[in-house]
Amino acid sequence: MTTLGKEFGLPLPLIDVGNQSFWQGTAAGELRLQACEQCGEFRYPPAPACWNCHAMGGTWTAVSGKGFVYSWVIAHHAAHPGAADLVPYNIVIVELEEGPRLVSNLVDCPNEEIEAGLPVEALFEEVSDDVTLPRFRRSGR
Amino acid sequence: MNLKDEVAIVGIGQTEFSRGSGRTELDLACEAISAAIEDAGLDVGEIDGLTKYEMDGTLEISLVSALGIPNLRYFGQVGYGGSGQSSVVQMAAMGVATGQCDVAVCYRAMNGRSGLRLGLSRAGERAVGAFAYTDPFGMVSMAQRLGMFARRHMIEYGSTEEQFGHAAVTLRDHAQHNPKAIMYGRPITLEDHQESRMIADPLRLLDCCLESDGAVALVLTRADRAKTLRRKPVYIMSTAQATGPHADGIVFRPSLAVAESPLAARDLYARAGVGPGDVDVAMLYDHFTPFILIGLESFGFCGPGEAGPFVEEGNIRWPHGPLPVNTHGGSHSEAYVHGLTHVAEAVRQLRGTSTAQVDDAEIALVGSSVNQVSSALILRR
Repeated sequence: MTTLGKEFGLPLPLIDVGNQSFWQGTAAGELRLQACEQCGEFRYPPAPACWNCHAMGGTWTAVSGKGFVYSWVIAHHAAHPGAADLVPYNIVIVELEEGPRLVSNLVDCPNEEIEAGLPVEALFEEVSDDVTLPRFRRSGR
Repeated sequence: MNLKDEVAIVGIGQTEFSRGSGRTELDLACEAISAAIEDAGLDVGEIDGLTKYEMDGTLEISLVSALGIPNLRYFGQVGYGGSGQSSVVQMAAMGVATGQCDVAVCYRAMNGRSGLRLGLSRAGERAVGAFAYTDPFGMVSMAQRLGMFARRHMIEYGSTEEQFGHAAVTLRDHAQHNPKAIMYGRPITLEDHQESRMIADPLRLLDCCLESDGAVALVLTRADRAKTLRRKPVYIMSTAQATGPHADGIVFRPSLAVAESPLAARDLYARAGVGPGDVDVAMLYDHFTPFILIGLESFGFCGPGEAGPFVEEGNIRWPHGPLPVNTHGGSHSEAYVHGLTHVAEAVRQLRGTSTAQVDDAEIALVGSSVNQVSSALILRR
C-alpha cells in the first residue's frame, strides 16, 4: 500500500471528544497516546480509564513512533469496496517501544519482506480533510 | 446455587442448510423451533422462555405472534455473535433453573449467505470505538482480524499452514458422513487446501468457514421433567462466559496466540467437576481453522503450542482419534449458524445419534469463538 491521498475509500475514523487528541496529534506529525497519571502505563486505542490500575483520566503524551512488527496479514480478498484497488495489501500490528500495539500499514516494503521483529518507524499520511493516518516504514536499524 | 445437572436439553431442531434459503429468517426460526419442540414431544404453546443472539434479525415479539405462544415470561438477548453461542444456552438454563420459565428455547436463524454477510465494515460509514483504529488501515473483515492470531501462533509455536490444512481436511471428512452438511459429497485433500486462494494470508479460502442460510433451535427444561419426556435427556453440567481487559478491537492485546477462553475454561471445568481428560468429544468454534488449534489449547486439551502437531497426528479425527472434534463437519463444512449447530451436534453425540458417533460418548464440551468474549458448555448424557 502506498500513499492513498484523496482517493481514500476505506472507512474513516469517527472523531469524537474521546479520541480527538489522538487525531490532532497525527495531523501535527506526532503519535500521542494516553499515559496513566497514576501508574504510567500507556494505552491504545484511547479509553477513559487505565486498564492496568483503573485510574480515570490520562495524559496525552507524544511517543517515539518507533517499534517493530508483531504480526501481519496480507489482504488478498477485498472485503470492502474501498480495498478493491489495493489488494494485495499488508496490514501490520506494530509494537511500539513504549508498549502499546497499533494496527497500521507498512509503506515502501514488499509484502514478502515483512517479518516479525522488523524495526519500523511512524510516518503520517493525510487521507482526508480531517484524518491523518499513522503508517510505518522500515527504520533500518 | 450450582447449575450443575439442574437443566437438560430435551429437543433439537434445524432447517435445511443452504446458501440461499429463499425464505425469511422468521420463517427459518419458526421451522427450527417447531422441529425442536416436536423432537422434545412438547407443544409450542408450552414455550415460556426464549433466548436469542442479539445479532439475530428476528424478534421475540414476531416469534410469539407467528407461533401463537400464549405467554412468554422469560426472554433475553446475548451479544457478540459466535462468542455468545454458549451464553445463549446459559441464559436459558438460568431461567429454567430459577423458575423464571419451564420450557425455554434457544435459537439462531440467519440468511448468512443470501442476506446480511457478517463481519464486514459497511461502505460509507465511519468506524467507531476501537474499530476507528483498525478499519482505516484496511482491517475490515474477520479473516483479516483473526489472521493476526494465526500468524502469531505460527511465529510463537511453529504452527504451519499444513497443520491448518489438516484441520480443514478433518472437518471436511467428518461432513462426508453428514448428509445435512452443505459440503456433504465434496471431500477435500491437503493439496486442495494448499492450492486454495489466499484470503488474508496466512488464511486461505479452505481455512474459512461457510457462509450459510439456516436455523437451529434447542429446547431446555428442568432435569426432573426431562426424565419424563420423549428423548434421552442431555444434562448441562456447567456453563461459563468470560471476557477481559483487552477485548475491545480484538487485536489490541498482550498475546495474540491465546484469547479469553482460558478464563471461561477455568470456571467451566471447576463448575462441572471434570477436566479435559474426561471429555469424550468436543465442538470447537471453527470460523477459521487455526482456531481449532487455539481452541484445543484454550480448553486444556493440549498445552500451549502443542495443538498443531496434535491435529496433524489425527487426534481430532473421527473415528480413531482420542478426541474427535466437530463430528458434524462444523462451521467449516456443515453450516455456519453462529455455532448453535455445535450444541445440536453435542446433543446428538450424547444421545448416540450422530452421523459420526463416538463410541459410548458420555461427556461433551462446546466452546464458542475464543476471542473478545468466550462462552462454553459441558454436557453429559
